[in-house]
Amino acid sequence: MEELDVEPPLTLIPGVDSKSKQMCFAWAPGEMLVYETLFPKECAEKRPGCPNIFIVRKDKDVYSQTLRKLFSESHGIFVGLQRSEEELGGKSRKAQLVRVSKNYRSVIRACMEEMHQLAISTRDPELQCQHSTQVCILSAMELIWNLCEILFVEVAPAGHLLLHLLDWVRLHVCDVDSMVCEVLSSENPSKHKDFWNAVDIFVLQGRMDDARHLLSKEASANPTSMGMCKILDDLMKKMPILSIGNTQTLTEMELKWQHWHEECQRYLQDGTFSSNLHMESICKILLGDENAILEKKELMTTWYHFLVTRLVYSHPTVKPVELRFYAQSSLDLFLGGESSSEPLDSILMAAFEFEIHQVIKECSIALSNWWFVAHLTDLLDHCKLLQSHNLYFGSNMREFLLLEYASGLFSHHSLWQLGVDYFDHCPEYGKVYLELHIERIPLNTEQKALKVLRICEQRQMHEQVRSICKIMAMKAVRNNRLGSALSWSIRAKDAAFATLISDRFLKDYCERGSFSDLDLIDNLGPSMLLSDRLTFLGKYREFHRLYGEKRFSEAAKLLLMLMTAHIAPCSFWMTLLTDALPLLEQKEVIFSAEQTYELMRCLEDLTAGKTDNQKLQVDDVETTKVEILRLALARNLARAIVKEGTLEGS
Amino acid sequence: MEDFSAKFVSQKISKTRWRPVPAAALQPPELFATGSWDNEENKISVWSVGDFGSLGPNGEYQGEPQLLCDIRHHGDVMDMQFFDQERIVAASSTGSVTIFRHHQNNQTLSVNQRWERAHYHVDPDTPFYGGASCTGVICNNPEIVTVGEDGRINLFRADHREAVRTIENADSSTLHAVTFLRTTEILTVNSIGQLKIWDFRQQRNEPSQIFSLTGDRIPLHCVDRHPNQQHIVATGGQDGMLSIWDVRQGSMPVSLLNAHEAEMWEVHFHPSKPDHLFTCSEDGSLWHWDTSSDVSEKPSFFHQGGRSTTLLSHTANQSVISAWLSNNPTKDRMEITNLVPNQTLSVNSLDVLGPCLVCGTDAEAIYVNRHLLA
Repeated sequence: MEELDVEPPLTLIPGVDSKSKQMCFAWAPGEMLVYETLFPKECAEKRPGCPNIFIVRKDKDVYSQTLRKLFSESHGIFVGLQRSEEELGGKSRKAQLVRVSKNYRSVIRACMEEMHQLAISTRDPELQCQHSTQVCILSAMELIWNLCEILFVEVAPAGHLLLHLLDWVRLHVCDVDSMVCEVLSSENPSKHKDFWNAVDIFVLQGRMDDARHLLSKEASANPTSMGMCKILDDLMKKMPILSIGNTQTLTEMELKWQHWHEECQRYLQDGTFSSNLHMESICKILLGDENAILEKKELMTTWYHFLVTRLVYSHPTVKPVELRFYAQSSLDLFLGGESSSEPLDSILMAAFEFEIHQVIKECSIALSNWWFVAHLTDLLDHCKLLQSHNLYFGSNMREFLLLEYASGLFSHHSLWQLGVDYFDHCPEYGKVYLELHIERIPLNTEQKALKVLRICEQRQMHEQVRSICKIMAMKAVRNNRLGSALSWSIRAKDAAFATLISDRFLKDYCERGSFSDLDLIDNLGPSMLLSDRLTFLGKYREFHRLYGEKRFSEAAKLLLMLMTAHIAPCSFWMTLLTDALPLLEQKEVIFSAEQTYELMRCLEDLTAGKTDNQKLQVDDVETTKVEILRLALARNLARAIVKEGTLEGS
Repeated sequence: MEDFSAKFVSQKISKTRWRPVPAAALQPPELFATGSWDNEENKISVWSVGDFGSLGPNGEYQGEPQLLCDIRHHGDVMDMQFFDQERIVAASSTGSVTIFRHHQNNQTLSVNQRWERAHYHVDPDTPFYGGASCTGVICNNPEIVTVGEDGRINLFRADHREAVRTIENADSSTLHAVTFLRTTEILTVNSIGQLKIWDFRQQRNEPSQIFSLTGDRIPLHCVDRHPNQQHIVATGGQDGMLSIWDVRQGSMPVSLLNAHEAEMWEVHFHPSKPDHLFTCSEDGSLWHWDTSSDVSEKPSFFHQGGRSTTLLSHTANQSVISAWLSNNPTKDRMEITNLVPNQTLSVNSLDVLGPCLVCGTDAEAIYVNRHLLA
C-alpha cells in the first residue's frame, strides 16, 4: 500500500457516542451507512443509544443546485471534445483545444457568478459562508485552469508567454477597477489617498496607457512636477512590448528593450525623480528592481503577481523552461519565510515547473470533487501531454479519474445519465463499470425504464436488457397488467416469459369461461410467434372468433390443427375436445370422417395416459364428459361416413 | 440555429408547454411552464421570455428565459397541459393529477385541486394498493382526461371532487398518451402499438374503434391530431417511426416515416400552420417536418377558374390538400431539419405556438426559439 500523502480527516457523527459504543458501517457506491451498535466498548453498560442510521457522503457538491449546472454544461463540452475530429492538423487542432479550454473556463465563471449572486442575496449567515467558500474554490479552479491553458494547451513560446501571463494576472488578481473608479470620481484625483496606489498597480500590471492617463491628472494638478511627469510619461510610452500580431523577432525586441532599460537607468542615476518618492519608486519598478517591487506587496497580494511583474521588467522574453526558477525565487522572496505555502501555491508552483502529474495529484487532494481533475486531465490527454502513465491498478490516469468522476455521478439520483457518456469514453474499464452501475438504478416509472433500456440496447448490453425487461414484466404481472408484461417480453424477446403470460391468460379463461383483455389477444400480430404458448393462445382465440362468426368448418379445422400439430399443451386438450362437442352436435356434419378419426385418436391418447388408479379416482364429471365425447364422436363418424359415401356417389 | 438560446436549469425537464395566448391577440407567447423528473424534489416552474434581455441586432429581444416562480411537485411530472390562462394540470408518477394556479399579481403558484388516486394498481380497499403512474393528460375546458400505467381512463371536471366517468381496465397494457379527437371523443395510444378511439357518449367501456400498426407491435408513445382536418392523426413510436393515420378509413396507418433512432417522445402539429410538424426523441434530436411548398408548385387545377381552395376540399383528391395523407409525403418535397444544435441527451418535450418553440432535455437545458417559421 502506498504511503498516505495527507492525514485522513476525522468526521464526527453527531448523536453517536463514540466513547462508549462501537459503530458499524456498510459501503454503498459513493456513500457509507453508519450506525451505532449495541456492543459497548470495554466495560460500559449496555443501554439504548442513538436510533438513527446515518448516510456519510464525501461529495456533497453533487447535490448543490448551482454546481449542477457546471456538471451538465461541462458534460456537453466533454462529449463534443471526444467527438471532435482528430485529423485536424497542428495549428487548427491547437486552436480547437484552446477553444474547448475557454469553454470550460466560461462555464466555471458563469457558475461562480451565480454563486456570488446567491451569496450576496441570501440572509442566512451559514449559507452565505458556504456560498462564499464555494466562490473562492471556483475562482481558484479557474485560476489554475487558466494557467494550465497558457502553459500546456496554448504552449505559448517565449515573448507571447509573458503576454498571456500578464492577461492571466490582470484577470484574476486584485480588485483594481473599483479603486480606480473611486480615485477618478473624486474631485481632485491626484490628491486622493489611493492615487499613487492606482498608478503603481497599473505599472505593476504593465498597463502603461492607464498609468499614463492617471499621471496626466497629476501633471495638470501639480505644475511643479510637470517636468518629471513628462519624462516618466515618455519612458512609459516608449516601453517596448511584444504584441500578438507583431512581426519583430525576439532578438529585435530584446535589443530595443535593452536600450530602453539603459535610458531609464540614466534618468534614475541623474536624480531626475529624486524630489518625488512615488515617481522614483515607479522608475525603479520600471528597471525591475526587486526590492522596489516587493515594497508594493500589499497591492499585488500574491506571489504570482510578483513573479509576473518581475518578469515584465527584467526578463520579458522569458522562455517557458526558465519559469520554474523565477517562480521558486518569487515565492520565497514574497513570503519571506513568514507564512507557509497553501495548497493553491504548491499547485501553481507545480504548474510553473511543468510537472503535470504533480498538478493533478495536488488538485485531487485539495478538491472534494473529481470534476476538475477529470476534465482537465482529459483535455491534457487530448493535447497528447500525458504519457501512458500506467497506475499500478490497471488503467491510465485519465481513465481512472474519469471513472471516479462518473461513479460519483451515478450515486446521484438524477445525474446518472451524464455519467453514461463518461463511461463510454473510457476504453478499458468503462463498459464493465457501466454494466455494474446501470443495474442499480431504481426504476420507478416505465418511462425511466425505457430510457435505461435504450442506453443498454445502444451499447449491446444484452444481459442488462433482459434483466430490466424481466423486472418490469414481473412488476406488470403482479399488478395484473398482462398487456404491459407482454410488451416487455416482446422487447426482450423473452420466450419463457411470454409463455408465462399466456398460461396466465389461459388460466383466467378456464376459471371464468371467457377471455380478459380481448384487445390484446385479438391483435397479437407477428409477436404471436414469440412463444408456442402465445401462438396457441392467439389461435385459440381465433377459433372462438370463427365459432362466433358461425364459420364452423374453418373453426373445426383450426381446432383439429391445434391438437394434431401439438401447439396446444396437453393439459388443455380436454378443454379443446369439450369445445369440439357443440360442433359435433350440429345438424350438419362439420367434421369429416378423417377428422373424426383424428379426434378419436386424440381422446384415446388423452385417456390412455391415465393409469387405472387414476381412472377410478376421476370424478363423475370427467367420466361423463369422456362418455359424452365418445358418443358424440361415434355419432359424427357415422353421419360423416354416410355423407361422404353419398357425395362421392353423385 | 442562431436564434436558439439554451439555458441550463439544474433539473431534467420532462415537459414544456407554452401558455396559450388569447385568440384575438397577435403577439407571440411570453410565458411557458416546465416540469421536471427524476429529482428527489420535482418542480413545476413558470418562465418568462421576451421582456428581459437586451435588444439583438435586428431589434428583437434576445433574452434568456427568466424563472418567475416554481412549486414543489410530488413525483415525476409525466405530463402537463395549460387548462386555461391561469391553471396548469399536471400528471404525476405517483398516480395523482393536480391543478396548479398561477397567480399573476404576485408571481406564485399554488395547488388549486388534486385528485390523489386517479391511477392505481389493484383496488385501493385491499392492502396491496400501489399508485400507478399517470402518463398522459389532455384538457378541454372544463374537462380533463387522464390515462395511466394502470390502463384506466378518467374523465374529470374541474371543481368536481370525483371523476365524472372512469373507464376501468380500458387497456391491458400501459396507455402512453391521450388527445381529443372531437369534443366527446378521445384517442389513446398504448404500449402494444394500438390507437384507440373512445366515445364518451357511449355507455359501454369499450373503444369504438381500434387501429394497429402492421408488423411488430411497437409501442406508441405520443399522438396528435391535425388542427383543422380532424381525421388526420400522427403518432410516434418506440422505434422512432412517425405514423400518419386517417381515422375515417382503414385500420392501419396511411404512411410510415422512418424518423428517429430512438423513442419519439412528442409529436405536434403546428396549431396555426399545420403543414409543419415537430417531433422530438430520445436520440437527442428535434425535427421540423415542413410539407408546405410554393403555390406555384401545386398542381394546375388549383388555378382553374379562380376557385378557392376551400371549395376544392370537398371535391378534390385528398392527397393534394394534405400532403400528410399522400402515400409518400417525402416525394412532395418535404423538408426535414434538425433544430437542436448539439445533440447529447434526450429531448423529452417540445411545444410550438405561433413563431415560438420551446423544448427541454435530459441534459438539464431548455432551448427557446422565437423566430421559428421566419
